[in-house]
Amino acid sequence: MNPSFSTQSLFGWGRYRLESCHVCRPEKRSEVALALASGLQSSYIARGLGRSYGDASLNENGGVIWPVRLNRFISFDTSTGELECECGTSLAEIIQYFLPRGWFLPVSPGTKFVTVGGAIAADIHGKNHHRDGTFSNFVLSLELLTPVGELLRCAPTSNSEIFWATVGGMGLTGVILSARLRLRRADSPYVFVDYYKAANLEDALMNMEASDERYDYSVAWIDAFAAGKILGRSILMRGNHAPAAELPARLWDLQSKLANNDAISTRPKWNLIADLPSGALNPLTVRAFNAAYFALHRTIAHQLVNFEKFFYPLDAINNWNRMYGKRGFVQYQIALPQASGREGLRAVLDRLARSGRGSFLAVLKRFGESGPGLLSFPLRGYTLALDIPAGRGLAPFLHELDRMTLDYGGRVYLAKDAILRPEDFAAMYPRLDDFRSIQLKLDPKRLFSSSLARRLKIVG
Amino acid sequence: MPTVLILGANAGIGRALATEFASHRYDLILAGRDHEELVILAADLGLRYKVSVRAMPVDLGNFESLEAALKECFKAGGDSLEGFVLCAGHMGNPGAAKKDLREARRILEINFTGSALALEVAANHFEQKGRGFICALSSVAGDRGRQSNYLYGAAKGGLTTYLQGLRNRLYHPGVNVITVKPGFVDTRMVFGKGKLPLVASPDKAARDIYRAVTKQRDVVYVPWFWRFIMFIIRAIPESIFKRLRM
Ligand SMILES: Cc1cc2nc3c(=O)[nH]c(=O)nc-3n(C[C@H](O)[C@H](O)[C@H](O)COP(=O)(O)OP(=O)(O)OC[C@H]3O[C@@H](n4cnc5c(N)ncnc54)[C@H](O)[C@@H]3O)c2cc1C
Ligand SMILES: NC(=O)c1ccc[n+]([C@@H]2O[C@H](COP(=O)([O-])OP(=O)(O)OC[C@H]3O[C@@H](n4cnc5c(N)ncnc54)[C@H](OP(=O)(O)O)[C@@H]3O)[C@@H](O)[C@H]2O)c1
Repeated sequence: MNPSFSTQSLFGWGRYRLESCHVCRPEKRSEVALALASGLQSSYIARGLGRSYGDASLNENGGVIWPVRLNRFISFDTSTGELECECGTSLAEIIQYFLPRGWFLPVSPGTKFVTVGGAIAADIHGKNHHRDGTFSNFVLSLELLTPVGELLRCAPTSNSEIFWATVGGMGLTGVILSARLRLRRADSPYVFVDYYKAANLEDALMNMEASDERYDYSVAWIDAFAAGKILGRSILMRGNHAPAAELPARLWDLQSKLANNDAISTRPKWNLIADLPSGALNPLTVRAFNAAYFALHRTIAHQLVNFEKFFYPLDAINNWNRMYGKRGFVQYQIALPQASGREGLRAVLDRLARSGRGSFLAVLKRFGESGPGLLSFPLRGYTLALDIPAGRGLAPFLHELDRMTLDYGGRVYLAKDAILRPEDFAAMYPRLDDFRSIQLKLDPKRLFSSSLARRLKIVG
Repeated sequence: MPTVLILGANAGIGRALATEFASHRYDLILAGRDHEELVILAADLGLRYKVSVRAMPVDLGNFESLEAALKECFKAGGDSLEGFVLCAGHMGNPGAAKKDLREARRILEINFTGSALALEVAANHFEQKGRGFICALSSVAGDRGRQSNYLYGAAKGGLTTYLQGLRNRLYHPGVNVITVKPGFVDTRMVFGKGKLPLVASPDKAARDIYRAVTKQRDVVYVPWFWRFIMFIIRAIPESIFKRLRM
């Protein structure tokens, strides 16, 4: 049967730009190859759950392969935690079925509604990057359907060049059909969290340097409005998985219920049924929110927190991105190297505070060593993520931040980006030429492209 | 554990229904013509719900082998087999069918002849057993013929009538027959066909069908409001209906 493409208007998660794409949703594994060979579209890109903020999984007027129904578990080894599953499997499903059996994701982004394919293609990081690195550290192998329709099994040890181009390759090397992952043990759905209220950036960074190594997970929420002496005031949230044996008695019952159940529910609880007016999140309300958030937290140790609340606080509202209204927003995330990072963070936060734009959510964390992924984002040092409402003058403002980031030897995260320019991008990713040459070998007919790829001239 | 046989389980409503039964601790036999896909789904459901799932080859379009293939499935299900669900169907391409009688024939044969024959085999099996259920997916399209897909609609209408008779036949032997009439469900039958109103997810459809089976209903619309929509559509006089573009 010939695959059918349906014309749909798609957004990235930031709802920054609506683009018309021709979408194919395969119901079977074999339909992906049929779609690529159909000749029906000028180019193709895969799309998962559309949680990248910008245009990574958009292909304006081109083909979008949307394998969300290829989400089947293939095998699981209960002794090693090795899970093989199809690319459209969401991290939420993995948690839903394997947390009750004592296994958790080795790396978790700030939402569980991303697919395994999307997690690999963006080589995502979590709150444990300082210890465990990116998602690809736990990908034992993957099956790649290349643009010419060849099925390759790639791993760090076989077809390794292609593996490291695909990891972080933003879907441009082909469609990842399935992957073998290694889950980590976690015998309860709780985390013991220490909260620390840092008075300013210096305080926050000093604490992170001093004691991050004691924690599996570490992240800081920053008040992006604070300036001057309190620039970078933040709440550090650091934690370790709670061993079942250390849970208080009142949770035992729940814990045993969980162990007897095959699945836990991971559905969002709330829905925004309409956009908020674009101005609802304005500098005033956001500043108030930030101040209140800071005021409401205290320094307090060893708090027992449910994993959903710790890892995915935003997932409780299904489509919280509609909060930003029609105009949408961008997430601006940068990595800065260890050496110049402090100074860089200070400069960027200062520039942001002076701009009056603020950021509803600003997140800071330390990155560990960078990995071999050719376009992988993390750099040993720091990362800062800002949610900025779209509005007049946003692009020039972010271009200015891009330049500052570059000056400090840093880079912008492609999974979040909507604004970067090709020359800045090329300067930020020194292994781009290696990526291009491998990509060209895999895609000599130039069948794979995306709006992101064209905007940044990632491929020729 | 109780077992259910589902024909046409590798995609769409059938897949969702297999998932729904598995989540309620049913063992499954998944039947269909794309064995490779069924094996993937079987492994998935086994892993998710810790039930036993087998995949078996049955082609609804192959009338020569249909009976034997189904009998294999019934044999495999053995005594624990509680029911048979027919989810396989073929929407086809109504435009192409106007010019190509082979496509027209396929639509009629899969949705009516093959379906009815498969149900006959199932009926004999369960009648002899004296218990169990037979559930088949017809369609709201069978409630009234429209220019956009009347071959499909006619076949489904025929299937609905067939199921009425079957229900009557199997009442005394104690076998339940459930006719399911889905409206628009978000499967490949609907995807890419432009913006349609009131599209339900396959999971939602599957929950409704599961409930209809366990509650031993006779005829259900899925979701329920299609009963009212079709009531109105059926009430339009033919002299007016023939002028409408539907
Ligand atoms: C609230 C929130 C918090 C987040 N937190 C983090 C975080 O902490 N750390 C982090 O790293 N990221 C984070 N992200 C970003 C997110 O993890 C990535 O953008 C991820 O790639 C999204 O996956 P997706 O399935 O939605 O893919 P999409 O957004 O649909 O696609 C992302 C990229 O993956 C490619 N892709 C998708 N599927 C395939 C496939 N099968 N084969 C090949 N390529 C494919 C696409 O082409 C595209 O380039 C966050 C996002 C949100 C909304
Ligand atoms: N979706 C709707 O809006 C809708 C509305 C009303 C009624 N229905 C009815 O509901 C049922 C399920 O539909 P769906 O939407 O889930 O459709 P679907 O996604 O197209 O699935 C149809 C299933 O039938 C199988 N099948 C087709 N021909 C077959 C054959 N010759 N032998 C064996 N299996 C065969 C398919 O398997 P292959 O992979 O091998 O093709 C597939 O598993 C159908 O009877 C359909 O008519 C659907």
